[in-house]
Amino acid sequence: MAIQSPSIDVGGGAAVRAIPASASRGYWESVRRRLRRDPVTVVCGVVLLLIVLSALTAPWLGLADPYKTSMIYRLKPIGTPRFLLGSDELGRDMLSRLIYGGRLSLFMGVTPVVCALLIGGLLGITAGFLGGRVNMLIMRIMDVFYAFPSVLLAISLSGAMGAGAENTLLALTLVFIPPICRVSESVTTQVRGFDFVDAAKASGAGTLTIVRVHVLGNVLGPILVYATSLISVAIILAAGLSFLGLGVKPPEPEWGLMLNTLRQAIYVNPVLAALPGVMIFITSICFNLMSDGLRAAMDVKA
Amino acid sequence: MDTIIPADRAEDRGGPKQPLLLATGLRKHFPIPGGLLGRATKVVRAVDDLTLSVAKGETLGVVGESGCGKSTVARLLIRLIKPDQGTVVLDGDPVDEPHGITVAELRRQVQMVFQDSYASLNPRLTIAETLAFAPKAHGLPAAEAKERSRDLLSKVGLEPNTFAERYPHELSGGQRQRVNIARALALRPRLVILDEAVSALDKSVEAQVLNMLVDLKTELGLTYLFISHDLNVVQYLSDRVLVMYLGKIVELGRVEDIYGDPQHPYTRALLSARPSMDPRRRTQEAPIQGDPPNPIDPPSGCRFRTRCPFAEDVCARREPPLAETGRQAVACHMRVAGSGHSKAQSGAG
Repeated sequence: MAIQSPSIDVGGGAAVRAIPASASRGYWESVRRRLRRDPVTVVCGVVLLLIVLSALTAPWLGLADPYKTSMIYRLKPIGTPRFLLGSDELGRDMLSRLIYGGRLSLFMGVTPVVCALLIGGLLGITAGFLGGRVNMLIMRIMDVFYAFPSVLLAISLSGAMGAGAENTLLALTLVFIPPICRVSESVTTQVRGFDFVDAAKASGAGTLTIVRVHVLGNVLGPILVYATSLISVAIILAAGLSFLGLGVKPPEPEWGLMLNTLRQAIYVNPVLAALPGVMIFITSICFNLMSDGLRAAMDVKA
Repeated sequence: MDTIIPADRAEDRGGPKQPLLLATGLRKHFPIPGGLLGRATKVVRAVDDLTLSVAKGETLGVVGESGCGKSTVARLLIRLIKPDQGTVVLDGDPVDEPHGITVAELRRQVQMVFQDSYASLNPRLTIAETLAFAPKAHGLPAAEAKERSRDLLSKVGLEPNTFAERYPHELSGGQRQRVNIARALALRPRLVILDEAVSALDKSVEAQVLNMLVDLKTELGLTYLFISHDLNVVQYLSDRVLVMYLGKIVELGRVEDIYGDPQHPYTRALLSARPSMDPRRRTQEAPIQGDPPNPIDPPSGCRFRTRCPFAEDVCARREPPLAETGRQAVACHMRVAGSGHSKAQSGAG
């Protein structure tokens, strides 16, 4: 047997060397490189960036007042002078209202997901890392929420608490905690099973240190990607609640609410009536495609 | 390279005669949920009343088939899983007991190398970060921890400038396993548990890593608990060998005694199952057949009796104790005088 021959030189002079030092790449750099080869994700990201930027900078874009009504210029078609995208049933500038509406719609889409991410992620990672009874307790409570269809849950919560943006946010947050918690739990359970977590435990490090250094880095990616895909759901749900009169109240510009108030004009000017829907569609499909692309780019298997 | 020679290493307290690690009556049964309301109705008897000691400076090899509880023993010793019963004493100090040392202190002195070199390195951390994690967790300043990680890399034959900032996926299997060994050495332990540490490597790399382990042992004054299913590797590395079958010790003794004159039928079968390079030592007995019985319901009495060619009534009735017979300790009725087995002789067999 070869190994029974006396010591082969290893430790001393000859260090093992395989790839040149410059080949070393960080994780995020490889993600970026993969994203660059995925035009769909990049385009979606750019479109989203434009929507978000225009919503954020709306007051400085020199737009018409989104609240200013005019009885003369009602339901003007797209392309009317002074009304680039036409005007709504009260003669308000559609372009301005769509851009201003993005502020509220995006806010209603992102905020509940972020809140649910903090709460659900914390619960899920705790359940996943600790396992056992803690896991059982947390996940069974989440299962109770799963018993209700998410739309129904959001509607009933908003209905019970009354209309208004705050209550919609609260209702949507509650709706999104269970799915985020479940995804976090399953990813964490998976990571916890790897030997490097055992090795970290065997090194005598505290639980919090292990979670911070070894678990978070490996679970945050998938959880964030999943949360991104929920933003589009949140936007649609928030718009739906507004449409039903349970969300934002008029005259606030918000895509769902605009869709509702414009539906009477559907025979007069169908293209105009569809515009807020188009915005919802573009935004949510961009969020979805981008989260898909991110998942593919971040899925590094050694 | 003297910087790595332990300054903060725990002192030898009990003298050379005191075992570095003494585990007594270790038992771990894993419950299988499946009954009503997830209640465990059955248990896997992974490790059953196992007693072993590791002397200072020696290498104790642990061999056995897959599923015989080798890895569970390793994880019990380092307290990654809690034993149902039994005590672990590290150089005279009982672990996790009122007058003993804490589990954290045990883990500073006892470290482990895992088999799967892919799963045992965090893919998001650079090699240097992985190596510096444990020292930092034990309060070493970041700069010193970084310095130590570079020392460790050169210890295991990896050029620090080339490898410190690499990620695990950029390394080969052998390189990863070197990093794993370096990580186990990061806290300057006294005992290193090597759980199938070289089994996943190809033969030439395996030989390099084994030789490195031998060198490191002398250089750092380490003690090894070497777990493997590879009999040749165990023979090469070990001073004493412990043969396990279904969570029990069947034979324990010095490597030359076990390999030269195996007493237990299982050990004999294991040894005859490996290919011999020597035509004068052809396989005499038929290698054992089939798989080990299910550890959920192990056979009564001697656990090996279902596959043993010499099994008799007494083997089913009573469990053979691990008894000193001649040079090594064997758990077999054939080796105990007056046990009731027809082949049992008066005096050592």
